Amino acid sequence: MSDRYPSDLASVLRMNGAAILARASVRMVAAFRERSWMIGDTVFPVLVMATFVLVYRGLGAPPAYEAFVVLGGAMIAYWNNVLWSMASQFFWEKEQGQLQLYLITPVSRMSILLGMALGGMVMTTTRSVVIIAAGLLLFHIPLPLDRVPAALGLFTLTLASLYGLGMILSSVFFRWGREAWYTATLFQEPIYLLSGFYFPVSALGNVVATVAALVPITLGLDGIRQVLYGELAHGLLPVGWIPPILLVLLALYLFLAHRALTAMEELGKREGRLTIRGG
Amino acid sequence: MSERSAVPAIEAANLSRIFETRRERTVHALRNVDLTVPRGECIGLLGPNGAGKSTLIKILTTLLLPTTGRAMVAGFDVARDPLSVRHRINLVSGGDSSGYGILTVRETLHLFARFYGVSRAAAHQRADALMEITGLGPKADTRLSNLSTGMKQKVNFARGFMSDPEIVFLDEPTLGLDVEASRAIRAFVSGWVRERPERTVLLTTHYMAEADELCDRVAIIDHGRILALDTPRALKRSLPDESSYELHLGGTPPPTEWTHHVPGVRTAFQHTHSATGAVELHLTVTDDHVIGEVLSVLKGMEVRVVHLTKREPTLESVFVHLVGRGLDEDDVVAEA
Ligand SMILES: Nc1ncnc2c1ncn2[C@@H]1O[C@H](COP(=O)(O)OP(=O)(O)OP(=O)(O)O)[C@@H](O)[C@H]1O
Ligand SMILES: [Mg+2]
Repeated sequence: MSDRYPSDLASVLRMNGAAILARASVRMVAAFRERSWMIGDTVFPVLVMATFVLVYRGLGAPPAYEAFVVLGGAMIAYWNNVLWSMASQFFWEKEQGQLQLYLITPVSRMSILLGMALGGMVMTTTRSVVIIAAGLLLFHIPLPLDRVPAALGLFTLTLASLYGLGMILSSVFFRWGREAWYTATLFQEPIYLLSGFYFPVSALGNVVATVAALVPITLGLDGIRQVLYGELAHGLLPVGWIPPILLVLLALYLFLAHRALTAMEELGKREGRLTIRGG
Repeated sequence: MSERSAVPAIEAANLSRIFETRRERTVHALRNVDLTVPRGECIGLLGPNGAGKSTLIKILTTLLLPTTGRAMVAGFDVARDPLSVRHRINLVSGGDSSGYGILTVRETLHLFARFYGVSRAAAHQRADALMEITGLGPKADTRLSNLSTGMKQKVNFARGFMSDPEIVFLDEPTLGLDVEASRAIRAFVSGWVRERPERTVLLTTHYMAEADELCDRVAIIDHGRILALDTPRALKRSLPDESSYELHLGGTPPPTEWTHHVPGVRTAFQHTHSATGAVELHLTVTDDHVIGEVLSVLKGMEVRVVHLTKREPTLESVFVHLVGRGLDEDDVVAEA
């Protein structure tokens, strides 16, 4: 065969790496070019944060609780991104007749999803940075700088497994379309509660907390709070357990995402659902 | 290279596709299609709405599995080895918009090149060349959201060539484009396919003239079957000895059933222009003097004949002859 097409591992990896970055760049470009999100995506969360902070102050809670609120607010941005953008991406790309452009390319379907995830993370980070900055400036939340690197490490791991979950969701959404969409609306609010965006999960009791922990953001947030504020965080799990669990979740989610994606594509090809009717 | 040129670009054998729709309906979109396309050819699929053209393209581009049969593209089985096929093909579907409103034309072209392992330098060069040819040059740094539909379609078209494919599938590439843009695109396609021996184009179109001008061979397809496959010239020559006439009728003429009673009329189809309301009657007759009889019957029915022309055989006449109705006749059904 001709050597015009990459077939050895190195060039296949290079091609897929380029595809991941290319797919991610769409979101990144969007984040920096289109600035109207600044208002909708940051003002509202900051207002919600302000409410909680004021309630905690009224109750005379320790200042660390105010920090939990700010952290939770920043993390909600990621959960929303996973639920609304990441999960429904394939579905919308298909509706717009765009999905087939990706599916006819020779890159791994996982690269397309990974690119979407990476782009989503970067884009959402622009929002969460604004939210955290607002928290620091407006509410003067305490931030022990020496513990920030460890917290960032845990944060990265949390995002990785969260977006792994998002990758599974995008295949599920694709298969079930609008029904999945309605299901997602049902999930949005309860997850805010269960995952302890605004208060420690352990307050909910162990059973609920364990279920909620399947959404990596719960565990991650629990860990980050403990790393930054120690005892005050009322940790759900010993902080040392959290990174290995997140790693296991990440591996599990990536594996399941790959399976779901393959199944989705096979089924779509058989049922004629990968493309819109006419196109 | 010469070795690869020997493998046909497309080989489909006994290809069928059945869709089961929601309401328990079974649609035979393709029925036992056999098709071999050698390298270097531009082949056209001509058929009315729902004929199965897009279905065939989707199977060949690895987006859909056939219900029966087998298809090889560039020598690889589309069902078993889709990856090898995907490296070598690209697809442009005329109707859809490709890309994201937030990206510029240039960025969009680069984006899709990256999915084929095209280096940045090569992508740059190719994007410039394609933008030049398609007239997108002045819009290179304009966001897609600020482009007209026609311009977006050109971007989509250019995207299809960014990966330097061997085999390109064009599903109605000029649908909705203005005359000038369509001409530019046809010129590009015919030049492109001749540039290298392994390059091959399969396109579908509603425009007879496009197929006639562009394609080395044309397949006429209806209800999922290939009814004829040959060069446009041979197809036209294959018509039985008969003449075609085009009559423009005034008022609201009756449906064409009356023509069954005029001896010597072979086929008749009537087309109402949705914009102007003008009615065109296309007739093929065994002998020129039959048209005199037609005119007197029309007169008897008090239908005014505004205009009458004799037509040279076109692919359209071939189509009407084989399919028994015109390519646009669905319009008439839809309006009735
Ligand atoms: N995913 C699908 N599910 C069910 N039926 C389908 C599907 N895709 C196509 N069909 C049906 O199969 C038949 C062939 O459709 P196809 O899109 O291949 O026609 P076409 O020749 O491309 O028509 P057009 O000129 O309108 O594009 C039609 O009856 C269509 O309704
Ligand atoms: Mg079609």
